[in-house]
Amino acid sequence: METIKINIDNKIVEVEKGTTILQAAKKFGIHIPTLCHLHLHDLNIENKPAGCRICVVEVAGRKNLAPACVTECMDGMVVNTHNIRVLNARKTVLELILSDHPTDCLICSKNGNCELQSMAQEFGVREIHFEGEKSTYREDTSPAIIRDVDKCIMCRRCEMMCNEVQTVGVLSAVNRGFMSVVAPAFEMNLDHSVCTYCGQCVAVCPTGALTEVDHTNAVIRALADPDKTVIVQTAPAVRAALGEEFGLEPGTLVTGKMAAALRRLGFNYVFDTDFAADLTIMEEGTELLDRLNRHLNGDKSVALPILTSCCPGWVNFFEHQFPEMRDIPSTARSPQQMFGAIAKTYFAEKLNVKRENLVVVSVMPCLAKKFECQRDEFKTNGNPDVDYSISTRELAHLIKQLNISFNELPEEDFDHPLGESTGAAVIFGTTGGVIEAAVRTAYEVQTGKKLQKIDFEELRGMEFIREATIDFDGLPIRIGIAHGLGNARKLLEDIKAGKSEFHAIEIMACPGGCIGGGGQPLHHGDSSIIKARQKAIYAEDASKTIRKSHENPYIIQLYKEFLGKPCGELSHHLLHTHYFDKSKEISVVE
Amino acid sequence: MATIKLSADKIDELKDVCKSFNNEKGELINVLHKAQGIFGYLPAEVQEIIAKELNISVAHVYGVVSFYSFFTMLPKGEHPISICLGTACYVRGAEKIIEEFKRVLNIAVGETTNDGKFSLACLRCVGACGLAPVVLVGDKVYGRLSPDSVKDIVAEYSK
Repeated sequence: METIKINIDNKIVEVEKGTTILQAAKKFGIHIPTLCHLHLHDLNIENKPAGCRICVVEVAGRKNLAPACVTECMDGMVVNTHNIRVLNARKTVLELILSDHPTDCLICSKNGNCELQSMAQEFGVREIHFEGEKSTYREDTSPAIIRDVDKCIMCRRCEMMCNEVQTVGVLSAVNRGFMSVVAPAFEMNLDHSVCTYCGQCVAVCPTGALTEVDHTNAVIRALADPDKTVIVQTAPAVRAALGEEFGLEPGTLVTGKMAAALRRLGFNYVFDTDFAADLTIMEEGTELLDRLNRHLNGDKSVALPILTSCCPGWVNFFEHQFPEMRDIPSTARSPQQMFGAIAKTYFAEKLNVKRENLVVVSVMPCLAKKFECQRDEFKTNGNPDVDYSISTRELAHLIKQLNISFNELPEEDFDHPLGESTGAAVIFGTTGGVIEAAVRTAYEVQTGKKLQKIDFEELRGMEFIREATIDFDGLPIRIGIAHGLGNARKLLEDIKAGKSEFHAIEIMACPGGCIGGGGQPLHHGDSSIIKARQKAIYAEDASKTIRKSHENPYIIQLYKEFLGKPCGELSHHLLHTHYFDKSKEISVVE
Repeated sequence: MATIKLSADKIDELKDVCKSFNNEKGELINVLHKAQGIFGYLPAEVQEIIAKELNISVAHVYGVVSFYSFFTMLPKGEHPISICLGTACYVRGAEKIIEEFKRVLNIAVGETTNDGKFSLACLRCVGACGLAPVVLVGDKVYGRLSPDSVKDIVAEYSK
């Protein structure tokens, strides 16, 4: 690799050709502030429209200051990243941005977690020297995401996530000059667009322009209602990230503390979505083997590959954009919904509580789950199986609001029976986990043999599209994995073109899987955080005594006492679903 | 969003336009230009068809349509009225002419009358400064106008 030398803040450094000033500075410990720029190294995602001009630096011999994020280093270049001219320019740029920004930080949901606010603090802005008209635009509230574009600084990160990474294509900059906003087509509301509610726009928004619909108050009210029995389920990815909100190192597992916190919040029963993940494997795995065996026996009516269906963002995506392929994904409901269905039947009966008086709260790393639990097909007489879905961030707020010292809490266990789970369930939280869990069970059921090795390293990793062939005792099973909807689209198009060779494919809407979900603590552009969460998930799996879903004793009991057999009649009714063609709903063309 | 039925012929013509540009994303502005020529404006339906043909998102198409003032999502009237706001016309009272048209037609600039007969737009110099202030109705030029003459022009086309 060709290298060049540059002088940066009076330091001579050697960098590879093609390196930007920003990258060079970072490499040598110089922090140039950025606002629109976003680089998720481990996921190979970068946004650098050079629009905000916060990262300007002085390059000797150039008339204008240069944006460090897009200016390549040249041999012999002399760069100053913090002289008075640079500092004044940055401050002016920031003040201009702030001059068209509401100053209601105290009551903004991003208070304390806003990149613009942090920057104003870092820069020591005490006065905004520019006064003028401020943008006003209607607020758009969907079932999961709120758009408050008055707080938008046009960094275009959300657009990049929505269009380039997810290829959903909802958001675009529209109109011109002062009137420009980021909006769906024809400035319709999100709930009339093809938005999947994956929440990746929310995950990267530096300000309060894109946030989640907050259900914490509804949960507090339910907990205070003496007529209600309130139970909670927590998704696998939450335990690997919640600690970050309390200053713990990324990748710190807080499973026990989380259970303790939920108990102190007043939930009557603290359960685990992981239980339902094991249940999902029983149902989805059985469906997979059924479809596989029928296909192998020459039944032409059986479509392969089978696609996973746990991810609600992904379900929304294919219902909108690939409705003609809606018979390919598994009919198994997501773990969140399986949990709700079992809680409001089996468990409600056990407690002798009416379903209306049983409130099911889910804690999810996800915003699409908020939409999923409101779907009509998951309601009985108008009563939803899952009443409220809150994000990891909302749970952290709840814990803080109820003045619980999270870090001081003891480690506690989940309650029984819906709190027991296996290692196979916890890996649902990362890309590759669902299919690995399915393989662990499907292998043993199909071959009748015990697995020699439970870890399937070939299914793990962070590459966007992965494939592996697993030997089912002489029968090669070809597995595909995609995370990020843009990558899912590639696999779907292969299937559509008849080019897909896979038997089964796992798809997760968010880059990294649920650990990188739209409801997780904000990573602020540091993708190593997502990697650390992944490591934690696999560590939790390895620490479990039972690591295969079909060996979960409470799952075995559930089938014995209540469900009968996987994919049986009651399962079909409670644990499976069907999908809709939603392409028409969002189109104005007949 | 109101659904307007587009004629099948025109839709085919639009698809042919897309094809003539090899359905390339980069040709969006050219396609929109031609599409506005076909339909007179760019309703949501037209933008959706273009998005599908060029394999881009509708939001992106709308982003471009809403950026350029040349593109319009409102149908033009049967007799589009354009008032010149070039320097010469402006100093000779074009603004009063606009006000009179707005009053007589009861619409704002950029709008179309309910009966679809007239629409009102402003443009820059048409090169007939000697006749200032100038108004175009369709392709016909009216010069040396005073606010009084506005009524007569409208009446001429209202028959």
